[in-house]
Parts: sequence; C-alpha cells; structure tokens
Amino acid sequence: MALDELKIGGMGASRRRVEDNRFIRGKGRYVDDIVLPGMLHMEILRSPVAHARIKSIDTSAAWEVPGVRLVITGDTMASRNLAWMPTLSYDTQAVMATDKVRFQGQEVAAVIADDPYIAKDACSKIVVEYEQLPPIVNPFQAQSPDAPLIRDDKETQTSNKIFDWEIGDKAATDRAFEEADVVSKLELHYPRSHPSPLETCGSIADYDRATGKLTVYMTTQAPHIIRAAVAMVAELPEQMIRIVSPDLGGGFGNKVPVYPGYVISILASILTERPVKWIEDRSGNLISTGFGRDVYLQGEMALRKDGKILGVRMHTISDHGAFYADAQPTKFKIGLMHSAFAAYDIPAAHLTSEGWYTNKAPGGVAYRCSFRVTEAMFFQERMIHAAANDLGMDQAEFRKVNLVKDDMFPYRTAFGFLTDSGQYGKCLDVALEAIGYSTFKQEQEEARKRGKLLGLGISTMTEPLGAGNSREYDIIGIKMFDSAELRVHMTGKAILRTGAKTQGQGHETTWAQIVAHELGIPADDIVVEEGDTDTAPFGMGTYASRSTPVAGAAVAMVSRKIRAKARKIAAHLLEVSEEDIEWELGRFYVRGNNERGVTIQDCALAAYSNVPDGMEPGLENNAYYDPPNLTWPFAAYLCKVEIDPQTGVWDVLNFVAVDDCGVRINPMIVEGQIMGGLTEAYAMASMQYITFDEEGNCIGSNFMDYLLPTSWETPGFELHEVVTPCPHHPIGAKGVGECATVGGPAAFVNAVMNALEHTGVRNVDMPLMPNRVYEALQTGQDVSGAPPVKGE
Amino acid sequence: MYPSRFDYDAPSSIGEAVAILDRSGGEAKVMAGGQSLIPMLKLRFASPERIVDINNIPGLDYHRLDADGTLRIGALCRHEDLEFSETLAESHPTLYAAAAVVADPIVRTRGTFVGSVCHADPQGDWAATMIALDGRIVAVGPNGRREIPMKDFVLGPFTNALAYNEIAVEAVIPPAKGKARGGYLKLERRIGDFATASVAVALDMDGDVVRRAGCALAGVGGKTIDANAAISVLNGKPLTPDNIEAAADAVAAAADPRTDHRGSAAYKRQIVKTFVSRILTSVARTEQKAA
Repeated sequence: MALDELKIGGMGASRRRVEDNRFIRGKGRYVDDIVLPGMLHMEILRSPVAHARIKSIDTSAAWEVPGVRLVITGDTMASRNLAWMPTLSYDTQAVMATDKVRFQGQEVAAVIADDPYIAKDACSKIVVEYEQLPPIVNPFQAQSPDAPLIRDDKETQTSNKIFDWEIGDKAATDRAFEEADVVSKLELHYPRSHPSPLETCGSIADYDRATGKLTVYMTTQAPHIIRAAVAMVAELPEQMIRIVSPDLGGGFGNKVPVYPGYVISILASILTERPVKWIEDRSGNLISTGFGRDVYLQGEMALRKDGKILGVRMHTISDHGAFYADAQPTKFKIGLMHSAFAAYDIPAAHLTSEGWYTNKAPGGVAYRCSFRVTEAMFFQERMIHAAANDLGMDQAEFRKVNLVKDDMFPYRTAFGFLTDSGQYGKCLDVALEAIGYSTFKQEQEEARKRGKLLGLGISTMTEPLGAGNSREYDIIGIKMFDSAELRVHMTGKAILRTGAKTQGQGHETTWAQIVAHELGIPADDIVVEEGDTDTAPFGMGTYASRSTPVAGAAVAMVSRKIRAKARKIAAHLLEVSEEDIEWELGRFYVRGNNERGVTIQDCALAAYSNVPDGMEPGLENNAYYDPPNLTWPFAAYLCKVEIDPQTGVWDVLNFVAVDDCGVRINPMIVEGQIMGGLTEAYAMASMQYITFDEEGNCIGSNFMDYLLPTSWETPGFELHEVVTPCPHHPIGAKGVGECATVGGPAAFVNAVMNALEHTGVRNVDMPLMPNRVYEALQTGQDVSGAPPVKGE
Repeated sequence: MYPSRFDYDAPSSIGEAVAILDRSGGEAKVMAGGQSLIPMLKLRFASPERIVDINNIPGLDYHRLDADGTLRIGALCRHEDLEFSETLAESHPTLYAAAAVVADPIVRTRGTFVGSVCHADPQGDWAATMIALDGRIVAVGPNGRREIPMKDFVLGPFTNALAYNEIAVEAVIPPAKGKARGGYLKLERRIGDFATASVAVALDMDGDVVRRAGCALAGVGGKTIDANAAISVLNGKPLTPDNIEAAADAVAAAADPRTDHRGSAAYKRQIVKTFVSRILTSVARTEQKAA
C-alpha cells in the first residue's frame, strides 16, 4: 500500500524545521563559533571621513602593542596586487584604500593579533593623515559639473556617472502618451536600507603552506561563486580553495558579495601562516556592506478615461556608492527594474536608468528581492495608486481593469518578460473580501467622527523569482543554474547536497520533503548538507528566491533519476520486466498485483548487495537544473491603517496577505517567510532608512539609529493562499521568500496615502515616520526625499 | 563586544564601594543594571579604568512606601519591579505609567531606576518623572549621606551632581498633597528608541482642584526640561478644557526642541502640547467619573 505522504513528511506537510533542533538550543555552528588551533584575530580600521586623500599612514605604534602579529595597509595589499578587486558588476572596488578613501567606513588598515581586544586596541593607535575632499552624498550632487571626480582611479572615467541604460519601446510609448486622455505623474524615492542580518559578516582564512590549500570559513550565501572569485582574485588554483559556509544567521542578500574583509583575512593568513578570524562588528556591517535601494523614480502613466493603461514611462536615478558592486545579472544594469508592471496588461513601456557614483558604501544588493524587484514593484504600486486617484477610479476596480487575465497566459510583458500562470483577479477578490472592502467607506466615515483618519491600501504584483534560465541570467559570466546530489545508503537512508545555501529558509527541512515526495523515503531519514565547496555540487547559491525554483527543482530531478534506477532494481528483484513495474509512493509493485512489490528501501539494499548483471552498484546521482523560465508568484496585500491626526502616528488595523506561490512544500515555512517579509516591509515603510549628512557621515550605523521593528510594533498579518502551480517547475512550486518584502511596502504606504487623500497630498516618501505624516497633514504638501539629519 | 581594558570590582557593601571609588580618583564608574553603560563600553564612548559593580550589595533592590506616603526606591530596584509593582499603580500613577514604556522589556528586567536617573540622558524617562514629582536622590560618600533635590541633580546631558566618590543609593519621592494623579506619554519611533518627545505630568488633587502640578519633558532639549513652573498655571484651579489648554500651551513653550531626523522642532513642540493635554484630559475624565 502506498504511504501516506503527510505522515512521512512529504509535500504539503507542515513539518517542524529540523535545523531548529540545534538553533533553539544555542548549538548552531556559525563562523564565530569555529576555533582553529593557533588562530589569530583581525580588526579593520575604517575611514572616519567620506572623501579624502590619504597623505600618510603611521602604523608604528600599532606594531608595538604586545600581541600584535601583523599590520596591513593598502600598500601591503598592493604589493600582492590585491589592493583592488573586481565587483559582480564589472567594476573594480578597493579592498583597502591606497590613494584615497571614498566613503565613511572604507577599509584603511587591519591589525592581526593574538586576540580581538588587542587587535582593536592596536587599531586605535594607527595614525592616518587625511586631506579632506568635498563629499558627494546623492546622485544630484554627483551630476554637478564641478563635482569632484570620485573614481579618479579609473582612466576612462570623466564624470561620476556609471551608466545610462534603457529598455522597452520608446516610440510605442511616446505614441501611447500622445493618445492618452490623462497623464499621471509621480516622483518617488526608495531610501537606502540595509539587510542587517543578525549575524554580521566574517571569515576565518586558513592557508596551509605545506599542502598549498586555502580553507575559508565564511558567511556567504553563494560559496561556489566565492571559490571562483577567490581563484581569480588571489590567483590560487581552484582545487586548492575550499569555501565553507557554516550556519548563517540570516543573509537577505547581505552575504552575496565578496567583501574586503574576506580578502584581507586571506592575505593575512598567507602572510602569517596561521588561521586568521575576522568578525565584523555591527557598525562595520551597517556602514560598509551591501545596502539595498537608494533609487529615485520619475514615473508617468498614459491613461484612457475608461481606466485602461496605455503606456508607462519610468526614469530611475540610482545611487550606487563609491563602487558599482551590485550583485545582479550581467545583462541588466539596474537589476530587474523592468519587471515593473509585469502583472498588468500594458501595451507599451519604456524605462531609462542612470547610475551614479557617490561617497557612500557600495554594493546595491538585493535586500530580500530578486535584483531590485523591490523598487520596481514599489514604484509600480505607488504609480497605480496615484493613477487610479487621478482618474477618479476605485483602487480595486482600476486594478481589475488592468491586471493580466487568467486566459492571457503565457503573457509577454511590455518589457519582454514572459509570465506563465496566475489567477490575479481571484487573489485580489479573496483579499478584498477578507479585509471588508465593501464596507470600508462607511467605516472611514465613522472613524472621522472619532477624530481618526482611516486609510486602505492595495498592492498587487507578480515578480520574477528564481534566476535563471542560464541563457539570460549570469553573474560575471557564471550561468545561473543549480544542482543537487543524492546518495541513498544501503539501509534506505540518504544524504542530499545542493549548490544552494540555507541561511534561515529551512532547506534542511524542505529539501527532504521533496525527496520524500519523489521517493517515499521518510523526510526524517534524509540529511541535507550545503555550503562546503569540497563536498556540495556547484551551484549559484541562495538569493533572489531562487532556491526552490532552481535547486529545489534539481532535488526533484535527481530523485527521479534515483527512482529510475531503483525501478530497474525492482524489476530484477520481482523477476518481471521493467515495463510491468508500477510505482506508488515508497514502493514498486507488479502491475495487476499490488501485493507483490518491493519498497524503495529494498531497492537501496539491493543496489549495494544484489544488482542485476551489467548494472553499476550503488544508488546515487546528481542533477543540474537550468530552469526554462523564471517563476512568477502573485500577491495581493491589503492594509488598513488608522492615523492619529494630532501626532501623525499610524497604526495598522488589519493586514491581509493573499499569496499564490504555486504548490507549497511546507506551508508552515511558507507562512513564516511571508510573515518575516511583511515585517521587513513594515520596517521600510515605517521606520527604516540609512541616510547621510552633508559631510557624508552615515546616519544609521547602529541599531539605535537604524531601526528594526520588534514584536511590539509589528502588526498582525492575516494570511490566505491561492494555488496556481508553476507550469514548468517539476513540482509546480514558485519562489516565495521575497514576495512580501517586495509587495508589502506599497500596501502600507498606499493605506496612509488613502487616509490623507482629502488633503491633496500625493506622496510622502518612506519611511512614513509620524512627523512626516503630520507635516503632510498640516501643510497639504508632499513630503519628499530622505528625512533631514541636522538641526536647522 | 570589545571594550577597552578595565578593572572590575564587585564589592559587597556600600562602604567598600565608596572606598574603591575614593581610591580610584575619578577613574571608576559605578555599574548597576549596566543597560546604558555596557553599550557605551562597547562603542568605546566610555573607557573607565575601573567598573564598580554594585549588584552584589544586599538590600538595595527595594521600593517601598513609608507610613506617610514617601516612596523610596533602592539603587538596585529594576524597572520591571516598578512596572509590575502592586502598590505603585494606585499611589504613583505617573511612575506607573512611565515604568511600562521605559526602553524595552528586556532592558526593563535588568536596568535600574536610580541608575537611569544618574545617567542623566536628556531623553531618559525617569529623570523627567523625578523632576515632575519633586523627588530627591540620596547619595553616600566618604563623608556620609546627603540628599540632592532633583532640580539640582541633573546638571546637563549625561552629567549629574554626584562627586566621583559618591554612590546614589536611593531615590525619594515625597508624598502627594492630596490624591496623586498624572501620567506619562512618550512618542518613539520604535520600542527602545530614544524618545522623540515625552511628557511626565504629576498632579496632587484636592477634589476637582489641582493643589500642585508638576511636569517635566524628555527628548525636547539639551537636558531634561523642568516644566514645573510652566504647569503651575494649573495650581489652585480645576481641570477645565480652558485651563488644560492654557497649561498645555505653557508647557509646550517651555520645551526647547531641535529639528533632527525624529522631527522638526515645531512638530516636537506640538507633541508635547498634545501629550500634556491628553494626560490632563484623561485625569479630568477619571475624576468626573469618580464624582
């Protein structure tokens, strides 16, 4: 008899997360938990100023601190040709400053000592003489003709501009605007934010001169890419490099790039011939590692009176900091910004983008989104909101008119993406019903009598998750597929390894569920291992919600290969031909005689003890999966807020999330992902931003200035699901990890804007702190840009 | 956390602690709950040569009411002790309201009332309530005990009136002259954030007439703002809407806010006004219901 899939922890089981057994006991093994014999400790000295020429560095006092083993400056790095390194966007980035510093927090020197206290003490004894230069803190200053040239290290660079880029059909879009009855315009800023995983970045480099092998324990979401990068940068043979990413305390995109600290620790280990540990402190993480967003939008929509969108124009101005170090597919200069409006049936669209250098930290990473999709969807939903208002149309009705209908798939978007499935209208209807949309106006009236302002905001979006396919998606030439390797042991237990890298997503739990679904081996009998480049198959790592769409598909495919071999073994054991074998979960049987069968475990034992003549023994295999397309989950997020007009404080009364991420492997984990993502969305909408004063000082260098919401502030979320299986994914799953972070912010902001509608205010830029909402209420004017940081 | 090197003592009596401070000649720092000191050590904003941890000194973790209604809070009374105090809710509404919003629940389990007052953060909650309630601090030094009225205790941001060899051992809040009423309201961007603005109001009521009104503000000036004089317009008057508005205006005028990323000066002043008005209106409503 077939097994009960839920009982063996297969698809659809809300199986408890196996990794939590160690996490909740404090038994996780993070980089900082690893102690190697003879290990030294490294501390980085960072620039206190944003833009300055380095006149001199005096390290003599640091060398004299007892316990100091090595002091490294830019000159040390340069002598090994390591002062600069390539970025993931074909730019270069300083590993350690040699000529000048280009942002506050840039690496200037490092001390390697017997313990971290000594290293920190000695760092404070290094004297650096700076000749200050005018800092550039936003892309508008960067454009000024008398702006200083930030990247004077690059021979061909004559201005602070990084790129101009465009996509879409300009002529068709221009025609749409000529035909429009109404043109709706909106300017927005998506402020700079930071992924701020609880565990900061760090590494332990261990170079063994006797064997020539370099082992690096590292906080990375993409260990295999790091191995390739180290091979290129450090000019070491790839087989002599082992990258181990142990337990990660969160990533959210922060742990994709290659950071100077990693490279410096590697050189330090080579020079000292001892293991060198570097653990970044919180401020180091917030001021120097990959940020998210920092993009300005000028958006326009061409509208017909009946509500039909005829065309969209977007112009983005992005601030990349001192080095263009974005982690993104090579073809696209501003990530997947052109995924904007993918959920809407729009005939024409045109996007132009310009990117600028500033004296700010580099590395526009995907902070819990698939390559700037967060900005794309926020801009989209804020523009949709403004357009509906400009037409005098109901927000839900306007979306229904323009959303792609179920029978239009596969649908080619105006920017060229191919969406393949969804029930957008149904998702929106479920959400409208859940939040009580039909009685909201009445509720709003009643609240006015109590002196409160109610608002309801809608955000509906589909987003491209799960890069690649490899035809279109690569990072510095490395194609974006992924992999899985499955070894079934003699007793029917198994170990699975993939090229992805869990950082809280629960791969150890869900991957086993996919194997259980495909093979009927109980999930508890399967161990999942990731992150060690010496043992795991090559993969592109975990970000952009790509694990389930790509590595997860590889897990299903490798399981099917195992099943195919097991079928031959079953035929041999049952003494029938393979064509007469039927499969049901966990066992093969002879067609027409269900009693006569063998389990997958019987086949595993036979694979090592009784294989048919001519068959290789063993039961293991691997699969490399190159997806035919991205996956396109859909979400409808509805938020109801109440504003206290005397203070500008707003509270979330109700938040409804309807997610269609296809087939759910572990519903509990999916719900956790959505809750976490909505919390981050709420954070960005309400309190979170990193800004800079006019001198380039980073405001947001600690958790008193850069705010993470606690359980106290975070509203409750009501979750619903709609399931439209992905047509090309082997188990019908779509990415989900980032949907809520991507689609969530606009729901909060649109709700507050809806409550302010009677004042004529069109926009308050995030974060919607009470003082900004109050100002908008009082003045009836938009509140734009980053909040001020200095007194008047 | 990698602070600068420091020596550490954990004496078991106040006398011993004072002797250590005296010997250290101003290079030592007293640690009670450590909830402000430890972050400052971590950031190396503070690098004392010696930490004198008073947590091993017995008998300091109390808060109690004397027979005459005087409230005494020992140096190791944690915020949480006040938050969950059974006596305080009735006797000291201003303190009780503040106790629930000090920092966050984790800090409240460890941080102390007296330590927070000594820290003299312009955005600190307890110093504001102490000023509004006309409290005083009991200090012990080599020459014995002395009492320092709150109005003389906070000298400026992060500066108090204690000598380097003195320890604050107790906070004293005098009994109300009449029924104690009042409240504490704070606007913060997130729990545990420094206040954008907060308001402590303490009233001694005689029937529906205010006998004495006390008020202090946090987050809206270079130090805790003593608004006792401003709110004294209420003294001898009932809490009518007009009187409430006059008091709220007077207190708002006493604020000295600066524009920063938490809001403009005008906004913060508006919050002060709104909060004073809300606390007073709430007291007036409660009194009406009681009557």
